[in-house]
Amino acid sequence: METLTDPAVIDQMTPIPFRVRSVREELSHTFTLELEPPDGAFEFLPGQFTMVYAFGIGEVPISISSSASQTGTILQTIRRTGAVTHALGRLKSGDYVGIRGPYGTPWPMDDIEGRDLLIIGGGIGLAPLRPAVYHALENRDDYERVVILYGTRTPDDILFEKEQRSWGDRTDLSTLMTVDAADRGWNGAVGVVTRLIGRVGFDPANTTAMVCGPEIMMTVTAERLIEGHSMAPENIYVTMERNMKCAIGVCGHCQFGSKFICTDGAVFPFPEVAGLFDIKGV
Amino acid sequence: MSEMYVSGQSGIGRLIQALAESGHAVIGPVIRNQALVYDEIDGVEDLPKGWTDLQEPGRYRLEHRGDEKLFGYVVGPASWKQYLSPPEAVVWAGTIGTEGFKSDPVPEPPKYAFFGVRPCELAALRILDNVYTSSNGLPTVAGYTATREKAFIVAVNCSDPGGNCFCVSMDTGPTAKAGYDISITEVVHNGNMRYLLTSGSETGAEVLASIEGLNHASSEEVEAGETVLARAADMMGKRLDTEDLPNLLKGNALNPRWESIADKCLACANCTMVCPTCFCNTVDDNLSLDGEHATRTRKWDSCFTLGFSYMHGQPMRESVGARYRQWMTHKLATWVDQFGEMGCVGCGRCITWCPVGIDITQEVEAIRRGDLRDTHIGVGGYV
Repeated sequence: METLTDPAVIDQMTPIPFRVRSVREELSHTFTLELEPPDGAFEFLPGQFTMVYAFGIGEVPISISSSASQTGTILQTIRRTGAVTHALGRLKSGDYVGIRGPYGTPWPMDDIEGRDLLIIGGGIGLAPLRPAVYHALENRDDYERVVILYGTRTPDDILFEKEQRSWGDRTDLSTLMTVDAADRGWNGAVGVVTRLIGRVGFDPANTTAMVCGPEIMMTVTAERLIEGHSMAPENIYVTMERNMKCAIGVCGHCQFGSKFICTDGAVFPFPEVAGLFDIKGV
Repeated sequence: MSEMYVSGQSGIGRLIQALAESGHAVIGPVIRNQALVYDEIDGVEDLPKGWTDLQEPGRYRLEHRGDEKLFGYVVGPASWKQYLSPPEAVVWAGTIGTEGFKSDPVPEPPKYAFFGVRPCELAALRILDNVYTSSNGLPTVAGYTATREKAFIVAVNCSDPGGNCFCVSMDTGPTAKAGYDISITEVVHNGNMRYLLTSGSETGAEVLASIEGLNHASSEEVEAGETVLARAADMMGKRLDTEDLPNLLKGNALNPRWESIADKCLACANCTMVCPTCFCNTVDDNLSLDGEHATRTRKWDSCFTLGFSYMHGQPMRESVGARYRQWMTHKLATWVDQFGEMGCVGCGRCITWCPVGIDITQEVEAIRRGDLRDTHIGVGGYV
């Protein structure tokens, strides 16, 4: 195989082939690829994403959903929405995908040692948060209380349900889950995820919140934490999404005000983007 | 200051010849389809001698000047970005096999001499250089950087600014200050066409020294050149007031003016295509029929299209007003946050080539007149 290594000549859009070790169906439209990097290790930080390339079909930004301490393989959890994600969903063990990255800003795990962690996910938004959960659990003594709040549409849409239940069995963290619409078998909470905030113990003055979900869910959650619990806005982190094409700040697609979501984010301290949420079509 | 030479039109011809002989594809202004564009030139006879361009909002016409000037016009719809980051360029191609994919070899970048680069366009190149160098110092677009590094730049100072020019407002012209290998000023001196040539780089100095028949310019000739350019600075067709402009635009995101622009704007994307600094692009992935060979093609894209912001089955910038606001706010405000300077060089192309004649300088004035920042109306919170 030809070796092309000169970074001045090789376009940064060049995908690196990763072998698919396994494919796991998570929900009806969501699956997780386990990928092997060609040189045996892939370093990244919790919250970062890669550009995942389906050969000849296209490329999509996908966050890494596995632990950053496990570099031998990475997990990427993907929902089938368009041509590329459907193509990725047809891959089998032994196939190849192209990967570029890792890209983007991480969750601020090192900066928030000694604090309570409030991890709030909506729907598939738990995927980019899972590396933060793993990091907290692997370094449990570095943090005070760890709280995970999760909301999704129905009981059939609970991402990583078995794993979330196992977290719920632990004594060193608190988890709560809610659904927008319940069925007869559901005996948990019903309603939006913000309703769970008042039901868990955390010290607002010493808490960092990490929020990932639809934009409306993130803004409502941030407002609730600020207005209802007197949390400082700078202690709230959100993660943004746009249809980025390059992930290196040059295609222009992910501009959000002055920010390139790919290089300035995707994880942002809430005050950096808060004002923009009020402007339709930024 | 480097040596100032002077020649007639034959000296310009020998310069083009020297650049071609040193292995450059020489690209310069030529007339195609009743417009001045850039294409390969073989000699001075290919230049649009005696032509000028009349430019107004939404209007462009070529006319005979009635003189022998080689550079008596400004800029047309083309810009140098088409050679450095082409409208369509394959950025990666490869074949899939049992062990992953094998990349096709990367082709050698072309070696260009850009002949007739206007001062505003030099500024545009500097702006693009910033965009195409990522924060880690590596080129974000390898083809751009590789081509740019090899390019020889012959700048032409502007003696006859156009109706939509406002380079003085943007501090980019009409005189080239840096970023060229050779610069040319065209003057009519004692009834003759004279060309003042000076170098801006060592390579430029070497090329000038190698050209036969160039004379050292007299102080009278040098002064004539300075006079022409000083006069040109007073002949701008437009003016853009940049005072506190980034804050003005960011503080007026909810100004109703955006929707009234949208009533006119066709969202045709012409302004972004002709803009010498608009860099947005998309990547088109293709697969051969046998499924074994794939290409990734980077193509110019525009924030004016509905598809540009498409995500999860819907566009994020649905209204034309939001798209115009994104374009203008980016160009004149958020670009400063991103790259330390505005993304507008005052070339006026977006005004000329707008089919309905929307004028960015007038739109800035309209926002300024209706500034909402001190009113009770929520103005939106750009950071």
